Amino acid sequence: MSDLAAGGTPAVPTVPRRAPITMIGPVAWARANLFNNWWSSAITLAMIYLLVKVAVSFVSWAFINAIWVVPVSPAGVANTEACRAIAGVGACWAVITEKHRFILFGTYPYEQHWRPAIVCLLFIGLYVVSAMRRFWRWELALVWIAVLTLIGVLMWGGILGLSYVPQERWGGLPITLILATFGLAFAFPLAILVALGRRSKLPAIKALCVLYVELIRGVPLISLLFMASVMFPLFLPEGLNIDKLLRAQVAIILFAGAYLAEVVRAGLQALPRGQYEAADALGLSYWHKTGLIILPQALRLVIPPLVNTFIGFFKDTSLVLIIGIFDLLTAGKTAIIEPAWQGFGVEVYITLGVIYFVFCFAMSKYSSGLEAEFNRHRRR
Amino acid sequence: MSGASLDPRLLRKAPPRPLRFSWSDERFRNIVYQVLVVAAVLSVFGWLWSNTRYNLEVRRIATGWGFLSREAGLPIGEHLIDYDPSMTYFRALLVGVLNTLKVAIIGIVLATILGTLLGIARLSKNWMLARFAGAYVEIVRDLPLLLQLLFWYSLLQGLPGPRQAFNPVTGVFLSNRGLKLPYIQWESAHSWTLLAVVVGAVLTWFYRRTVRAKQMQDGQIRSIWPAALLLMVGLPLLVWAALGAPFTIDVPELRGFNFRGGLDVSPEFFALLLGLTLYTAGFIAEIVRAGILAVSQGQWEAAEALGLSRRRVMNLIVLPQAMRVIIPPMTSQFLNITKNSSLAVAIGYQDIVSIANTTLNQTGQAIEGIAIIMLVYLTISLSISLFMNWYNKRIALVER
Repeated sequence: MSDLAAGGTPAVPTVPRRAPITMIGPVAWARANLFNNWWSSAITLAMIYLLVKVAVSFVSWAFINAIWVVPVSPAGVANTEACRAIAGVGACWAVITEKHRFILFGTYPYEQHWRPAIVCLLFIGLYVVSAMRRFWRWELALVWIAVLTLIGVLMWGGILGLSYVPQERWGGLPITLILATFGLAFAFPLAILVALGRRSKLPAIKALCVLYVELIRGVPLISLLFMASVMFPLFLPEGLNIDKLLRAQVAIILFAGAYLAEVVRAGLQALPRGQYEAADALGLSYWHKTGLIILPQALRLVIPPLVNTFIGFFKDTSLVLIIGIFDLLTAGKTAIIEPAWQGFGVEVYITLGVIYFVFCFAMSKYSSGLEAEFNRHRRR
Repeated sequence: MSGASLDPRLLRKAPPRPLRFSWSDERFRNIVYQVLVVAAVLSVFGWLWSNTRYNLEVRRIATGWGFLSREAGLPIGEHLIDYDPSMTYFRALLVGVLNTLKVAIIGIVLATILGTLLGIARLSKNWMLARFAGAYVEIVRDLPLLLQLLFWYSLLQGLPGPRQAFNPVTGVFLSNRGLKLPYIQWESAHSWTLLAVVVGAVLTWFYRRTVRAKQMQDGQIRSIWPAALLLMVGLPLLVWAALGAPFTIDVPELRGFNFRGGLDVSPEFFALLLGLTLYTAGFIAEIVRAGILAVSQGQWEAAEALGLSRRRVMNLIVLPQAMRVIIPPMTSQFLNITKNSSLAVAIGYQDIVSIANTTLNQTGQAIEGIAIIMLVYLTISLSISLFMNWYNKRIALVER
C-alpha cells in the first residue's frame, strides 16, 4: 500500500463487485433448480399452475365456504340442511365439532372421558421417553410395565374410586394405541426368539420357525383377524371365553411377530461372523453369547427398519374395523352412520388422516434421524 | 475365503463319535431340546384340535367340503366368468378368486408405472418436481390403506349422479355409479390380433438372442428395434387388416337415469384400484429411488469415459445394477398389493375374502371358509415369490 501511495497515484478504494444477479441469490437458484432447460421450465410452470389451482379450491372448500357448527335440537338430532346445501362446495366440519368426543373415545361414558384422554397422553409420553437414547436401559422395561399397568387401571377402573367401565365400552384412539403398543410389546420378544430359531443349528426348531414365518407372511392380516373372530372360539374349551379385543390382539401379535422376526434376522445376518466366533472362543454359552454379544449389536443395526415396521403395524391396527372392533377408524366410520350425518365421510376421514399422519410422520422422521446418526461413521 | 486356498489338513473332519446318553454331550442335549419343543408344539395343536372337534359336535356343525357343490344363492355384481346366484358355492368362490387376481394384476402394473415415475421424479434436478414427489410419498405412506380406501370410496359416492356426471373427455363419465369408458367391441379378429402380438414378441425374443450371439462373435452392434417393430406392430396390423379390420367403439351414453354401453368400472372396483395403486406407488417410488442411488457415481463416470451415450449408460450400466437392488423389495410390494386387495371387503368389492366371508356366514363352515382364504393367498404369494426369485436369480451378480 505504501509504495502505491508513494507512486503518486491515489489508491482508489475499489468496492468489491457483486457477482451478477444471474450467478448468486434466488434468481440463480431458480435458474438452476426450476428453469434449467425448457423441459424443466414447462414442468415447473405446469406444477405451479396445478398447485395454485388445487390450493385455491381446497382453501375455499375447507375454510371459506365451510360450516363449523349446525343447530342441534334438544333431542340431540343435528339439523344438517345447511351442510347439505353446500355439499361439494364447502366442507361440513360441524360433523367433527359435534362428534369429536365420540370419534376419539367411542362409547366410553361421557363424563369419564378424562380417563381415556390421560391414557392417550401416557402412551405418547411412553413413546417419547422410549425414543430418547439416554433412556435405553434395562430399567425402561420396568417403566413400560408400570405405565401399561396404570393404563389398565385407568381404562377399567373399579378401584381407587374409579367407576368400572367394561371393555365393550372402550373405543376410539385408546383402542388403536392399545392394539399397537401391546401388540409390539409382545410381538418383539416373540420375534427375537423366532429369528434366533430360524438361524439355529437344530433342524426341528429351524423348520418350525420357518413354517411359522412363511405361513403368516403368506396370508393377509384380515384372514388372521377373521380367524381370531370366527375360529378362535372353536379352539378353546367350553366355558373359556376370551373377549374379542384380546383375540384380535393375539392375531396382531402373531402377525407382527413374523414380520419383525425377518427384520431381526436381517440384523443377525449382517453381524460379522467374527463376533460369533470370538464369543465361542471365549467359551460363552449359547444364551450368554446371544444376550451379551450378538443381540445388542444386531438389534442396534436394525433399529431404523424396526421403526419402519412399527409404522406399518400402527397403520395395520385399523384393519380391526373389518371384524367390528371399535378403534379410531371404526369410531369415525360409525359417527357418520346416523342419518343426519350420512354423506360427510370425506371430512371425517380427513380428520382421522391427520391424527394417523401425526403419529406415523413423527415415527418416520425419528427413524430417518436415527439412520443418519448410525451412518455417520460411514460417511467420513 | 474359497476352500481351495486352505490347507487340506484343516478340511479333515473329526472322526464320528458315538452318541453318549449324557447331559454333557451336546448332541444328546440338542436332540432332547428338539424333542421337547416339537412335543410341546404338537400337544398344543392337539389340544386345540380336540377342543375344536368337541365344540363342532356340540354346535352340530358338520365339517367337510360338501357345501361347495350346493347352490350359493349369493348375488355377485362383477364377474369375469359366467355367474348367477343359482350356481354353486365353488363357482362363487372361483369368481371371487378371479376378482382378486383382476384387481391385483391391474394394480401391480399401474403401481409399478406410477411408482417408477415418482421415484425418478424424486431424483429430478427440478426442485419443485422432486419436492412434490417427496411430499406425495411421505403423505401416502403415513396413512393407513384402509382409511385411504374408505376416503376414496366416500369421495366417489359423493359425486353427482349420472345426469350431472363429470365428462372430461368424450365418452368418459365419472359419476356416483363409477367410471364409464369407451370400449372396443371385441370380435374374433381382435383375439387373432392379440395372438399375433404374442407371436411377434416371441419371435422378437428369438431374433434378439441370435443378434446378441452374433454380436458376441464379431463385436458389431446391430439395432434390434426395426425388426421388433415389424414383428410386434406390423404383423398384428397385417392380421387385423386381413380379417377385415373391424373397429367399432362402444361409447357409453346417458339413457334415462343410467348409462348404456361402454366399459363399466364399478365405484367399488375403482376405489379399490385407486387406493391400492396410489398407496403402493409411494412404496415403489422409494424402492426405485434407493435402487438408482445405490449405483455408485463411479459407474456413471466409467461408462461415460468409455464413450457410451447417456441412454446406453442408463440401459447397459446403471439399470441392470439398480435392478439387483430393486427386485427383492419390489417382490414384497407385489405380494403386498395382492394381500392388501383383501381390504376390498370393507368397501364392498366382492373379492375372495368377501365371498368366502359371506359363504361362511351362510353355511356356518367357518374353518373351511378361512382355510380357503388362506390357501388362495398362500398359492398366489408362493407363485409370485417363485417367479420373482427365478427372475432375481437370472439377473443376480454371478460371483465365483
